[in-house]
Amino acid sequence: MNANIHINPITRIEGHASVKIFLDEKGEVKKTRLLIHSLRGFEKFVQGRPAEEIPRIVTRICGICPWMHHLAASKAIDNCFDIRPPLAGNLLRELCHLLAHIGDKILHFFFLASPDFLIGPEKSHYSVRSIIGIAKSFPDFTSKIARMRQLVHEMLESFTGRSIHPVASVVGGFSKPMLEEERKELLKAASKLLDFALFSLEFAKKDIFGPNQDLFENLGTIETGFLGMVDNSGNLELYNGNLRLMSKDGGVIDFSPEKYENYIEENVVPWSYSKVPYAKIWGKGLSLKIDDPKGVYRVNSLARINVVERISTPHAQEALEEFRNRFGRPVQNTLLYHWARLIELIYASERVIQILNKKEITDPCVRKKAEPKAGRGIGCVEAPRGTLIHDYTTDKDGCIVKANLIVGTTHNTAAMNLSVEQAARSFINKGYIDEEIINRIEMAIRAYDP
Amino acid sequence: MKFIKVAQEWLGACSGCEIAMLNMGEKFFDLLKKIEMVHMPLLFDHKTFDEFQDAEIEISVVSGCVISEGHLHLLKKIREKSQKLCAFGTCATHGGIPSLLNSWSTDVALKEIFSSNSKKDHLTFPNKDLSGFLDRVYALDEFVEVDILLPGCPPRPSLIREFLSKLIKGDFPSLPNKSVCDTCPTLRFGKGRKGIIKRPMENPEYDPNEPIEKMRCFLEQGYLCMGPVTLAGCAFDDGPPCIKARTPCRGCYGPVYPVGNQMLEMMNALASVGIEWKTIIDRRSLLRFSGAHGLLGPYPGSKQNKK
Repeated sequence: MNANIHINPITRIEGHASVKIFLDEKGEVKKTRLLIHSLRGFEKFVQGRPAEEIPRIVTRICGICPWMHHLAASKAIDNCFDIRPPLAGNLLRELCHLLAHIGDKILHFFFLASPDFLIGPEKSHYSVRSIIGIAKSFPDFTSKIARMRQLVHEMLESFTGRSIHPVASVVGGFSKPMLEEERKELLKAASKLLDFALFSLEFAKKDIFGPNQDLFENLGTIETGFLGMVDNSGNLELYNGNLRLMSKDGGVIDFSPEKYENYIEENVVPWSYSKVPYAKIWGKGLSLKIDDPKGVYRVNSLARINVVERISTPHAQEALEEFRNRFGRPVQNTLLYHWARLIELIYASERVIQILNKKEITDPCVRKKAEPKAGRGIGCVEAPRGTLIHDYTTDKDGCIVKANLIVGTTHNTAAMNLSVEQAARSFINKGYIDEEIINRIEMAIRAYDP
Repeated sequence: MKFIKVAQEWLGACSGCEIAMLNMGEKFFDLLKKIEMVHMPLLFDHKTFDEFQDAEIEISVVSGCVISEGHLHLLKKIREKSQKLCAFGTCATHGGIPSLLNSWSTDVALKEIFSSNSKKDHLTFPNKDLSGFLDRVYALDEFVEVDILLPGCPPRPSLIREFLSKLIKGDFPSLPNKSVCDTCPTLRFGKGRKGIIKRPMENPEYDPNEPIEKMRCFLEQGYLCMGPVTLAGCAFDDGPPCIKARTPCRGCYGPVYPVGNQMLEMMNALASVGIEWKTIIDRRSLLRFSGAHGLLGPYPGSKQNKK
């Protein structure tokens, strides 16, 4: 009998990870580990670089969410140099942030996750259980989602030059103003995105969540706290706001992102290149014991949907109410990350239209002149994969001397480990494993979109 | 009809190259109808190369740099199983942004990363079940023979399509040795602002209602722009995308000639127009996309630990 099982690599995720499952002599799961293999040393090699270059370097942390790193770094460097962008600069940045959220959610939900539900994990060949398999079975549907993803990238390119590894957010604001013609074209495209977002949730309710109710109840479900961003009234916020930490019984603490070190701490563990943050403010330390975890909180869509009081846009608020009526608050079912993701897709689409309707968006003043200086700056946004924190210190020449980056998925390291263990325990019996079981364990990870 | 087998893999990478591939949109799906995609971890649950015979895969397209023993092992295996190997993206061709780490030895860098927030007396260092790190960041051709170079961070989707279509037909596509400046329509009067390089603390002078043809070249406005020493390939019909965003080029397609050195060439380019290159605050950043091949080494005086 296999002493342990190594699922390597986890596929249809956006990073590099594998799962080790350790079995006892009877073949029952003793423990599991999600191993994060990738490490490229950004925190080290940004040292010595001029701070104004950082938003163009840290994009390469993630090619799927480069905008979020670009913007978190821009906000942090603004703070290092003590400068506030003009209103139009901030609006343009938020617009890009939201558009990038939309593209990311379409990619994750339809291209990476949906094959698990539409094709099913049952012994189907890998080439069938994929977006290519879906393209063969549902060609019109696939064309539609491919076109919508494409549309988002074209929208971003139309006024910022680049959609992958962007350059347009600069210290002090934005590199160019938006023209009225551009605004009108974008508004037309944005209404297509909103239609698609509304369609996506209806489609998923009927063809994905409905037929797979049992999976959504149980797979990878664990009990944890949650972390996400809110505005001053507790509304969902993705670009600029306070952070809210919710314990599993629903109690909340709000804090400014600049104070993150008082609330969360990163632990280094021997089995992962990703650090393991935990909620130090709860005072119980970190424990990954499946029956009594401590200090564990989650981020990303489900966490944000749990921590907010409401959503400021009408269609998304309606979707939130339906979600809460069915599942309560906070929701712990891991696969419901997918549902929460689609509520956010609607919010982001509605918010894009709101921003494009603001007359200030075309104001020609988009940037203030900065002066390099010594300082510390923290920039925080909600990336698709969770709360993203960039923290830099500059010297008197305005070059980086210290950097600390906590990326969305890192917050979920502890929780993903627990979900994997929960899934492995419920599917592996007497050491038996097959492709279907492997895929179900991977589904628990995929929900977090790491 | 037998389709040719294509594999796609990522090593030390951000997945931007794969996203650029998907940004072909519906054309990506058209392309997939003409090949048999046997491996692509972003989209398929296919896990290993073990099942393939030597040289069974016609074309392997590999993104990312080589930084760990795991990457090296996988790269050698892919080479064995593939007839043609395409280094996909600037990390694979020249080390890319991760090669900035070559200013330190990896040991020194890792020690710092994992000690920064730890209050414990002894350092916990991840090593269990994880693959170890090499002494520095490498491009693919430092270990295996590479047949095709497709640089870009990421390569433009239409360029990826062009390369893949040619590869499928049996050709060996390559980019012509032109610079980004050769594809940039900004105004050049031949006499720039002499003296020092300005840091980009404000936007350059331009009229947002006019296309970039009416904007003066960044270098002539006194800003560092890597256009002269960067391989062309990013530009659409109306010019390079970063310039269209009214931001200067930072060199993401790597050097104009594959063995070039963007730092030395840029210093030359600046000297020839009368700009004092010593006023660039961080000259190492000139190699930010191409620090592999031993071009970017540890800071003088720092200890280099060999593994």
